[in-house]
Amino acid sequence: MENAVQQALPDRQGLYDPANEHDACGVGFVAHVKGQKSHSIVEQGLLILKNLDHRGAVGADPLMGDGAGLLIQIPDQFFREEMAKQGVNLPPAGEYGVGMCFLPQENASRVACEEEIERSVKAEGQVVLGWRDVPVSRTMPMSPTVKAVEPIIRQIFVGRGPDVFVTDALERKLYVIRRHSANAIKSLKLAHSKEFYVTSFSARTIVYKGLLLADQVGEYFLDLQDARCTSALALVHQRFSTNTFPSWHLAHPFRMIAHNGEINTLQGNVNWFKAREKAISSPILGDDLDKIWPLHYPGQSDSASFDNALELLVMGGYSMAQAMMLMIPEAWEKHTTMDEKRRAFYEYHAAMMEPWDGPAAVAFTDGRQIGATLDRNGLRPARYLVTDDDLVVMASESGVLPIPEKKIVKKWRLQPGKMFLIDMDQGRIIDDKELKDSLANAKPYREWIEKIRIKLDELPVVSESKEDSAVSLLDRQQAFGYSQEDIKFILEPMAANGEEATGSMGNDSALPVLSSKDKVFYNYFKQLFAQVTNPPIDPIREELVMSVVSFVGPKPNLLNVSDINPPIRLEVSQPVLSFDDIQKVRHIEKYTGGKFRSHELDICYPVAWGKEGVEARLASLVSHAEDAVRSGANILIISDRKLDADCVAIPALLATSAVHQHLVKEGLRTSTGLVVETGSAREVHHFALLGGYGAEAVHPYLALETLRDLAHGDAEKAAKFEKNFIKAVSKGLCKVMSKMGISTYMSYTGSQIFEAIGLKKDFVEKYFTGTPSNIEGIGVFEVAEEAIRTHKKAFSADPVLADMLEAGGEYAYRVRGEDHMWTPDAIAKLQHATRSGEAKTYKEYAAIINDQSKRHLTLRGLFEFRKAATPVPLEEVESAKEIVKRFATGAMSLGSISTEAHTTLAIAMNRIGGKSNTGEGGEDAKRFQPLKAGQKLSEVVGASRIERDYEFKEGDSLRSAIKQVASGRFGVTTEYLVNADQIQIKMAQGAKPGEGGQLPGHKVSEYIGFLRHSVPGVGLISPPPHHDIYSIEDLAQLIHDLKNANPVASISVKLVSEVGVGTVAAGVSKAKADHVVIAGYDGGTGASPLSSIKHAGTPWELGLAETQQTLVLNQLRGRIRVQVDGQMKTGRDVVIGALLGADEFGFATAPLVVEGCIMMRKCHLNTCPVGVATQDPVLRQRFSGQPEHVVNYFFFIADEVRAIMAELGIRKFDDLIGRSDLLDMRAGIEHWKAKGLDFSKIFHQPNVPASVPRLHAETQDHGLSKALDLKFIELAKPALEKGQKVSIELPIKNVNRTAGTMLSGEVAKRYGHAGLPDGTIDIKLTGTAGQSFGAFLAKGVAIELTGEGNDYVGKGLSGGRIVIKPAGDFRGVTTQNIIVGNTVMYGATEGESFFAGVGGERFCVRNSGATAVVEGVGDHGCEYMTGGTVVVLGNTGRNFAAGMSGGIAYVLDEDGTFKSRCNLAQVALEKVLPAASQAKGEPMHRGLADEDQLKDLVKRHAELTGSATAQGILANWDAYREKFVKVYPNEYKRALTEMAAQPQNKEAA
Amino acid sequence: MGKPTGFLEFQRLSEAYEPVETRVKHYKEFVAHLSDADAKVQGARCMDCGIPFCNTGCPVNNIIPDWNDLVFRGNYQQALEVLHSTNNFPEFTGRICPAPCEAACTLGINAEPVGIKSIEHFIIDKGWENGWVKPQVAAHKTGKKVAVVGSGPAGLAAAQQLARAGHDVTVFEKNSRIGGLLRYGIPDFKLDKAIIDRRMKQMEAEGVKFRTKVAIGTKDVPAGIINDATEVISAEQLKKDFDAVVLAAGSEVPRDLPIPGRELKGTYAALEFLIPQNKEVAGDGANPINVKGKHVVVIGGGDTGSDCVGTSNRHGAASVTQFELMPMPPEQENKALTWPYWPYKLRTSSSHEEGVTRDFAVATKELVGDGKGGIKALKAVRVEWKDGKMSEVAGSEFELPADYVFLAMGFTNPVGALLEAFGVDKDARANAKATTDGEGCYATSVAKVFAAGDVRRGQSLVVWAIREGRQAAREVDAFLMGKSDLPR
Repeated sequence: MENAVQQALPDRQGLYDPANEHDACGVGFVAHVKGQKSHSIVEQGLLILKNLDHRGAVGADPLMGDGAGLLIQIPDQFFREEMAKQGVNLPPAGEYGVGMCFLPQENASRVACEEEIERSVKAEGQVVLGWRDVPVSRTMPMSPTVKAVEPIIRQIFVGRGPDVFVTDALERKLYVIRRHSANAIKSLKLAHSKEFYVTSFSARTIVYKGLLLADQVGEYFLDLQDARCTSALALVHQRFSTNTFPSWHLAHPFRMIAHNGEINTLQGNVNWFKAREKAISSPILGDDLDKIWPLHYPGQSDSASFDNALELLVMGGYSMAQAMMLMIPEAWEKHTTMDEKRRAFYEYHAAMMEPWDGPAAVAFTDGRQIGATLDRNGLRPARYLVTDDDLVVMASESGVLPIPEKKIVKKWRLQPGKMFLIDMDQGRIIDDKELKDSLANAKPYREWIEKIRIKLDELPVVSESKEDSAVSLLDRQQAFGYSQEDIKFILEPMAANGEEATGSMGNDSALPVLSSKDKVFYNYFKQLFAQVTNPPIDPIREELVMSVVSFVGPKPNLLNVSDINPPIRLEVSQPVLSFDDIQKVRHIEKYTGGKFRSHELDICYPVAWGKEGVEARLASLVSHAEDAVRSGANILIISDRKLDADCVAIPALLATSAVHQHLVKEGLRTSTGLVVETGSAREVHHFALLGGYGAEAVHPYLALETLRDLAHGDAEKAAKFEKNFIKAVSKGLCKVMSKMGISTYMSYTGSQIFEAIGLKKDFVEKYFTGTPSNIEGIGVFEVAEEAIRTHKKAFSADPVLADMLEAGGEYAYRVRGEDHMWTPDAIAKLQHATRSGEAKTYKEYAAIINDQSKRHLTLRGLFEFRKAATPVPLEEVESAKEIVKRFATGAMSLGSISTEAHTTLAIAMNRIGGKSNTGEGGEDAKRFQPLKAGQKLSEVVGASRIERDYEFKEGDSLRSAIKQVASGRFGVTTEYLVNADQIQIKMAQGAKPGEGGQLPGHKVSEYIGFLRHSVPGVGLISPPPHHDIYSIEDLAQLIHDLKNANPVASISVKLVSEVGVGTVAAGVSKAKADHVVIAGYDGGTGASPLSSIKHAGTPWELGLAETQQTLVLNQLRGRIRVQVDGQMKTGRDVVIGALLGADEFGFATAPLVVEGCIMMRKCHLNTCPVGVATQDPVLRQRFSGQPEHVVNYFFFIADEVRAIMAELGIRKFDDLIGRSDLLDMRAGIEHWKAKGLDFSKIFHQPNVPASVPRLHAETQDHGLSKALDLKFIELAKPALEKGQKVSIELPIKNVNRTAGTMLSGEVAKRYGHAGLPDGTIDIKLTGTAGQSFGAFLAKGVAIELTGEGNDYVGKGLSGGRIVIKPAGDFRGVTTQNIIVGNTVMYGATEGESFFAGVGGERFCVRNSGATAVVEGVGDHGCEYMTGGTVVVLGNTGRNFAAGMSGGIAYVLDEDGTFKSRCNLAQVALEKVLPAASQAKGEPMHRGLADEDQLKDLVKRHAELTGSATAQGILANWDAYREKFVKVYPNEYKRALTEMAAQPQNKEAA
Repeated sequence: MGKPTGFLEFQRLSEAYEPVETRVKHYKEFVAHLSDADAKVQGARCMDCGIPFCNTGCPVNNIIPDWNDLVFRGNYQQALEVLHSTNNFPEFTGRICPAPCEAACTLGINAEPVGIKSIEHFIIDKGWENGWVKPQVAAHKTGKKVAVVGSGPAGLAAAQQLARAGHDVTVFEKNSRIGGLLRYGIPDFKLDKAIIDRRMKQMEAEGVKFRTKVAIGTKDVPAGIINDATEVISAEQLKKDFDAVVLAAGSEVPRDLPIPGRELKGTYAALEFLIPQNKEVAGDGANPINVKGKHVVVIGGGDTGSDCVGTSNRHGAASVTQFELMPMPPEQENKALTWPYWPYKLRTSSSHEEGVTRDFAVATKELVGDGKGGIKALKAVRVEWKDGKMSEVAGSEFELPADYVFLAMGFTNPVGALLEAFGVDKDARANAKATTDGEGCYATSVAKVFAAGDVRRGQSLVVWAIREGRQAAREVDAFLMGKSDLPR
């Protein structure tokens, strides 16, 4: 996208920023291995597009898609004949190129663009042969919005100049022409040139794409219909973007790639390219390289940027495959079984360039080769097949082309980090191994590495002693803003346990810019995290993809492809440097014979110069840095160790980023390493920030000295503390990186995955270029002032600070510490008010929270209402009874809170007509029934399961209206889903966005085990990602699945506020969600790492306003209901939420306080003394909450809302929504930090016609009327109504998604979880099933599919049976061919499945009770499994059984290598003993001997699927039994043993 | 937090009291501080709350969870540091404070609160025993002079803070010994006076000068107030001699009971009985009132009344009866509606345990003379309370034999003449008028004259006096120096 002029994307306004746009997609190609060109390939490409249609999205106008396109080889004959008509004689194929140009509609501008291109052609010594108007359909129906920005499409034909002899050289010239002309056109800055864009400019390939629906590509471009239009390959792409703004050029394919995924490290990757500009040279491109720059423009999409980089690498001389390996390397760092040479290849190249990290399936081609690769995590699906007539079809799902089974010789998938390539010149497929082996063997990489690599750890320790500071430890701690809490909550736990401390409840303290305390500069930044458009990574269970290795020092010349004298490099195993390490770096010259030279930059300056001095000091600093690099220093050490009473340190983060940005701008950054030596860094967040803004390593000397001090002179202890601290930081960094979906520190370095809150925009632009900061705030001088204030206090006479650190008060309330919203009085007043029903007391409470005229805590605290000149009479305002219906309680699972607390909320919310939320722990089916007066809680759920009884009123209900579906899928059964009014998909949680959760074993009581379908006493893990949502189209799929399960429930998606959340919300609306929750970062938690509670996400005021603005701008607001939550406490909060755009409101902490919570922040310890957030029966007896109190609370809120509405002159609540014009910033803010804030972006209202809805007003079309299930239901009527047996036989296609689910919903509605007797509804299908086949299949439904399945087969299986077997005429061997895709049986609770073939990655993730037999699985099989039985009759991928805590897997391990692929952290591998010899009395899984159940399952597999593999095993059973390995989770074994000892509990197993 | 589950495992343990039989035979303290082992266990009961309500429940905002934890870990010296960082005189509050912190303790919601006071008592006693309480002499002298009028807890706290900030501080006391109400209002069996003396010594070492028997502004005090002053310094003189003056003279004027017979001998304001008793114990001469073998009636159900009860029992009174006008409070408050605030409930002090008849909702109508100028009996009537209004119950009059009647119904206001001598504005209750927050707090209407403690807020707790003394000191320091590092 060389013209960075955004086409039709709105400009930045309010909180909307086009830079936040995301997209994801369906991708595919078809190619002839031998390079045989035909028109049918083009047609098949177009057909793939059509069949991927459901992966795209349509906007407000059904005729407006997000874009689609096709890349083919140049149809030489066709063009030759077409151009001949104009009298142009094309040179032989390969000696001319075609530029496919989008040109402005406006004539003069178009001519100007054409002239620029021609000028460039001539300047490069090539020949303009002519132009051709690309014929497009004028009759095809097109959305007027799309039409309005439709470019004129023309092709330019360029012949080779006299100095160009081969096509490769011509390609390079065409590349230079394209970039050069685009740069020139961009610099013209024409108002009417927005459409300009060159889709392709090549002698080999051409791209036809546009803002078209998938099935329109072939219709629109008449060329593609012409039989002469032939190609041996067709690469296609269908886009799903988060916005609805028409932009033609954002469609894929790009010049070389089509990408399904998201590059999370984009900002860093682009910066690093910028940083290289002046440092690299290319022997191949030579001087032409200068014409290429800048490679990237601001506002480009990640895919476009990736394409630009790949193109440069290829043009610079790398082979396409090698370039891809450089950009998306496999996870080699911890790969124990990787070939040594390949490892060396990766290791060598690791220093060349940081990975482009993120989920990605990339199909790429240069016209001669076509291939595809998958990211290291395998986070995108890519299935392919090969036919016996040399056709290869690859796509995001299988079944996209109707290929007869008998022609198929291989069905497989791309595996994580793997690549496959079709070389049409060679006429063959080159597989991953051959491809990479040949590259790995091409050069002696291992030898080179050994020569050039220096590992810092391995260098001898410098003997000279370091200079100790003359300033006392305490004074320095104070100067860097240490508080007692830094010791107690941060350093001590890290030193003791090697990991960050856990905390609970939400953050309710002041934002740094509002705080009257002096805060450390780091706190102004919030971590960003992945939600929806890409998944976070599980850094614990999927640790094998994570790496914190860092290289310190200059980076090699990226384009020096023939490098025979590579520079040496310094490697550190993780980025935290110890005292020894920093000494080594300081004296690195000695170790390296002068090849490395470090240079120290002192960032302290005389405090007497005051805050005014900082700007000039920074200017000097960056100049010094530049001078040092120019004079040969190649490791810069930014240091504040010279701090003393007279010299204050510039915040290390500011100094680091300033230096980094400056060196990037000067093109010098890759010539030097950047190490930070600072006393300020002590929390994981600090290290993440320093790394994220450029530091390759950090030496936290003061934190290390503090740890020594804590060891009280015990050297051994001190060493242990240091080791643990470093370990904790590394672990923490992995967590911070992984929450954004980034796996390596190398690509995290400089990636700037943060947003600033409360910093002036121009300050941020200058020193943290590219970081979002939306509400202004303090600038460089105030930052310095804050540092100086802290510094002065450290060296003051303050008696309290003479011997002690400041108390802190961030993590626990202290009178003299940081201010909190929840003060002791606020809690007391709220409890007294709701218990007594005293409105006066409530008003006292509300006043404490609302009045932030003195205590600044929240952004909304500084808002003011613009009251109406004449208020409306209170009695005319909508009634409280109506308003309370908009209220919901937060998602708190029974598990995080007690049964008593959970049911109290449900009763209260049902009484007022609001909604309570199950949380992610399932719900007891007994709670679904309506209740009678006088009935008791103990009668409903069972006396043994409660500690405090409650007597119901008539009409009460314990049923939670909102059923949550979180990543753990605990208790998510069909019955659970059909008993919902709303189903909430939890994408993120305010207190820990991008992270999973864990319910420790001691909290898993008998009841919780029952609810979650797990074993009591065994800990439960919710993974960071939903393993069926790696992208926006996956989310759309899950929404579709849930809607099928319960068509009357609204589907909600819970997001957490961060910059860009509005764009995600728009995508969610397009993905057909009915409801979206925007949660503030300050929401509560039962357990979360402290740094996540404090430093991830943003206040909801920002996220909600951005969401409202983006949705309105996109005309998507009407389709979706918006709920806001996060420290919602009073009616004023509600009104502000409504004015900023919310329809509904979530409350969690406050209702808990009403129930008795006193903010102990001890939920994670299970010691809640008021019985709210504990499972301890003794403590639960102390629970005192009553539904009446909660009801009182919500009516108080509503009354307060009504009073404010009256003042605002508004009668109907609906009329409040989106009226941000009724808000203003409070006048006269004196606070020295807060006075710089500017909320105009929050209050911004998009300028759209009045007809565009600003609140929920429409309904989504979920497309259920097309569901195959309607037929099933019709045919299954006798079964549903009378329980009679029915048989159904139908064909199925990949567009038939979620088959069997709606039917299962019908079963569950009528018959509950028990369902129908086995085999009542018998369905036989033939073909390729679409995604989520058999999801939530209920008991009594059995589906047999002859053909294959896609991703998510048997998701949430709830008792049904799925059998999938290959077609009779398919020739492949079942253990060698794939039959179901990724994430099969995810969250299955009951039922069984038999797959006569191989499954993809993450098979049976979070299975809690179902049985599955499969003939091979990909990576991460049985991850987090807590129950059920899995039999694998073939190979497994790596990381099998990671986090597995229950159930059993039997794996056929024929070659004895399984152990190396199994994650043994939580499981033991045992033999399958003959049934007779399995010890008597030993507790047995499902009460059966291993051999018996295994053999039985293999037998049934053979019977149901006819699998030859199974038959073979049975035929030689005893020999095969020996080869089976039993994967036995340790915790499960312990629990089984314990349960065996208590016979009364046996049933629970 | 030392032990997350400590509160579930351990019971609250009260400090051990000497048995009633023996303790009423002397005037020494009879409460033993906790043993090391017990203190550890009691510290372990603290839950280290996310919001420690005790921290705000305590008027000096003691950082209770922190020192509880330090005691649990056996780190007593650091515990003392933390304790001293908010409270100048934990040895006083650790003994006689009614402990609003414990009322606010979250454990108290549904169990026995943490024994905060006993731990405080333990820490400070540990500190004195080990010699950890040392003078903190200011590194630099400011050359500024500050006069503190009154040597009660507010005055002492202000004086100590100001001395540590480097000012020359002189404390003026009209009575013969330092300590104000601490010294004279509280019996020795609750607070051994040696405890005040050793703190005084520390303060002297820190540079505080004490001048006793000096009245400021006026020597005239209303009846019922003990005054040993031999010297009077005028307000003008004091303002001339000092850069700032802190009025911390307390709220001494006792509430009177204007009924027939009030003039009879045998009717005294409580302090007329208690102060001489303290002097007697200190060896300063015998208490002219001796109730041995006499019938004593104490009117007023508060702490001062309790002290009269305890002292009377130590004299060997024949009977002790205590009247309270208000009805008997509930034994257990409604915690759901009171916690974390100070609850209205029946409080039984250690003096009550030593023997007393308590009678509630009783109004005294008349004191009956014995004809010799003394009292013989007391006439009273039962009252009823409805919506805050009191009415006598018809026919409920009764008579009680009484030789001595002590009036312990509280104190109404400071000595007016003192405030008038300085010319400071008074508030509606005749206290010195000054605010406690924001610009110019603790300053009176007269330049460089500040007010803190009961003289400003009216009768209150020792711990409130300490808070005000500390906070006022910071304001005085800021007034003198333009800024202050003293904590609030």
